[in-house]
Amino acid sequence: MIKLPPPKPEVLARRDQIIAGLRELVPGDGVIGDTLRLRPYETDGLAIYRQPPLAVVLPETTEQVAAVLRFCQANGVRVVPRGAGTSLSGGALPLEDAVVVGMMRMNAILDVDFADRCATVQAGVTNLAITGAVADRGFFYAPDPSSQLACMIGGNVNMNSGGAHCLKYGVTANNLLGLRVVTIDGDILDIGGAHLDAAGYDWLGLITGSEGMLVIVTEVTVRILRAAEGARAMLAGFRSNAVAGACVDAVIASGIIPVALEFMDRPAIHACEAYAEAGYPMDAAAMLIIEVEGAEAEQDFLLGRLAEICRRFDPISLRVATTEEESAAIWKGRKGAFGAVGRITPDYFCMDGVIPTSRLPETLQRIGEMANDAELAVCNIFPAGDGNLHPRCMFDANDAVQFARAEKLGADILKLCVAMGGCLTGEHGVGIEKRDLMGVQFSSGELDQQRRIKTAFDPDWLLNPAKVFPLQPAA
Amino acid sequence: MNAAAPADEAGIAAAIGDAYAAREPLLVQGAGTKAAMLRPAQAARTLSTVNCSGITLYSPGELVFAARAGTRLADIEATLAAAGQHMIAEPPDFSELLGATGGQTLGGIVATNLSGPRRIAAGAVRDHVLGVRAVNGTGEVIHSGGRVLKNVTGLDLCKLLAGSQGTLAVLTEITFKVLPAPEDSCSVVLRGLEPPEAVAALAAAIGSPFGVSGAAYLPPSAAARLGAHSSLTLARIEDFASSVLYRSERIRTLLGEFGRSEIWPGDASVAAWDAIRDASVLKTEPDDAVWRVSVRPSRGPDVLQAACEAGARGYLDWAGGLLMLAGAATEELHAAITDAVRRAGGVWWVLRAPAAWRANAAMVPPEVPALAAITRRVKAALDPAGILNPGRMFAGV
Repeated sequence: MIKLPPPKPEVLARRDQIIAGLRELVPGDGVIGDTLRLRPYETDGLAIYRQPPLAVVLPETTEQVAAVLRFCQANGVRVVPRGAGTSLSGGALPLEDAVVVGMMRMNAILDVDFADRCATVQAGVTNLAITGAVADRGFFYAPDPSSQLACMIGGNVNMNSGGAHCLKYGVTANNLLGLRVVTIDGDILDIGGAHLDAAGYDWLGLITGSEGMLVIVTEVTVRILRAAEGARAMLAGFRSNAVAGACVDAVIASGIIPVALEFMDRPAIHACEAYAEAGYPMDAAAMLIIEVEGAEAEQDFLLGRLAEICRRFDPISLRVATTEEESAAIWKGRKGAFGAVGRITPDYFCMDGVIPTSRLPETLQRIGEMANDAELAVCNIFPAGDGNLHPRCMFDANDAVQFARAEKLGADILKLCVAMGGCLTGEHGVGIEKRDLMGVQFSSGELDQQRRIKTAFDPDWLLNPAKVFPLQPAA
Repeated sequence: MNAAAPADEAGIAAAIGDAYAAREPLLVQGAGTKAAMLRPAQAARTLSTVNCSGITLYSPGELVFAARAGTRLADIEATLAAAGQHMIAEPPDFSELLGATGGQTLGGIVATNLSGPRRIAAGAVRDHVLGVRAVNGTGEVIHSGGRVLKNVTGLDLCKLLAGSQGTLAVLTEITFKVLPAPEDSCSVVLRGLEPPEAVAALAAAIGSPFGVSGAAYLPPSAAARLGAHSSLTLARIEDFASSVLYRSERIRTLLGEFGRSEIWPGDASVAAWDAIRDASVLKTEPDDAVWRVSVRPSRGPDVLQAACEAGARGYLDWAGGLLMLAGAATEELHAAITDAVRRAGGVWWVLRAPAAWRANAAMVPPEVPALAAITRRVKAALDPAGILNPGRMFAGV
């Protein structure tokens, strides 16, 4: 189990005074101190770890956030920022002596500017609500993490969230223009704006993905894009992971960048088919869903070329959608993947390692062997173009032995990803979950370098202090 | 001048380690093609990465390319072209503008984060950097990111170092994403528009589903450099040939309300966009200062007008969001341009100016005090003795 830093006794002892002080800054029911009402904040999307915070503050303005941070800084109180609490890496897991700053009340869309193709929203606006605010004019906000109905843009910024369409549209960092942030000193800073390039250091790029350790984000200006005229998918089943992997390489090398390129292995095909009856090839060892965008004729042209490429790899089945309905049928199984896996196992970890796509077949084979050794089932569904594996490692959390084996298997899979030339996390973030594996990817000197940058923003390590970096040996 | 140009990362680390021990500032550069930009670094010794060169990884099927910092852009582009791929951000070559010779290096491109016309559709240089190796100001080798397309492991030092002008660490190797080069391209061109209607037309084009990858407005003075007698408004499409044909016709229809358009096919379009990218459409006198400006695109025409009324020439790229301006190196013109940028909400860089001016004035907008304090602390976190390109971006940093 993961270790949390020991709470500061002097903060715990002053709990009532701290809550009273916070109430002066955020009026009404914006400060939560009673045990029962703190319960919903004790965990996030990584629900196996739980820790109720000292208090929760729900500010409604950037100025309130600034006042809260100034207060916490003055009183040496740790702060854990929180959006919708959907983090799969435990990024919003509280500490016993920390104040959780929840951004859900800052949920206003402040400005939509179609001429300049940007929108400014508060941090507590959900990812999907941004697209909802611009869809009537045919625009959308590109990054689409699978939690997009619930997750908030402030959290997306802090975790640099990805999504299914990264290969074509990039991740959060590539779709931001500006931020309003608050430092631990309570200073309100505007980073970037509605313009594309900024002068000075790339604060926008550094803060994006910093997991709440540098500043609290209160407003975000995102790029909005005009959606393509249409999209259509095809499906191809192959005899082995290696053949499907080679086909992925051939697709990319052909000059076509599909808007989606999903890879499912045999266990995933079977789980999804049993759940959704999408007509997937049950005899295939691996399956690709490939989607392209454009006008009808452009879709025909691209799907024709892709089908030609797939045929070179002796597919067991090949289905090219000719209508939107046929395309939806191909996606039906994939979109039900979370439910499908949930149905066949009481619990599962969704890992997030990334590998070079050229190492796909050997990595999948090795994961299969490791799962066999651990006597656990693993299935793989992931966007193949960017190599962001999401092995779902199934177990029963009520079985302590199995849980420990699953945790170890998860860590071993991530180490394998690094050994293959990849990384620990492609879009979920390090959080609490992968914190103690950071030494696999970085030298101690490199971690110290990153820590010094954290210190430059937050000298007393009050902002989300137990995340990302392995805890320092007690000083 | 004491100059070092080690052939490998270990040599660069040793040189920086020595300078750190001696507390002696270093002028850090690649080929030096952008040395005329911004402020001059206050340093007695030079450290060049130009000899630390060579392609270290190219995997076309993974869209991944890596090379040492001193590798010339021309070599990278040739290697990519042979596999039908290209650099996404289309980095400009400002050698002519900045009076430099010799080919720019990958390290210089990343350290300055200057992007070309495609930036509006496909992102900046910094958006495609997947991993870096670098040496910090104490001589310590650090890496960040890697060779995969998605990576959120730890703080993103790739973005922090991109555009940091060699002031935080010396890049030794960069891994970046590449994309297939388009099969074909063309431009839809409108003649004779005024800046506001041109930017409205470009906004309509960029805001269409037709994948515009370049959107520029050249007033008559810049258009003349392409042989035109009135202003030019250009929207570029790059894709498979059949898509280029289809999409350009759809854009012509869409822009019908702005006047009759024409199509510039492949070569003519490519030549025009090379000239826009490299600012060779910008007419400069030998003593002129040159400004680069990034603003909210719809405010580009206001800034262009204010600059021109004060005596500058210039043009708009990025659908109005990027201005390249040239004019007499006077405080009056500088004030007119920077005031207009401030009103419009944006930033400016001085790319070229007389030596005395560069040494004494701000070449980018000063940061507010709280942010300036973070800048100094982050600088100290990487370069505690302040020996890497001191003063290059901000005085005292």
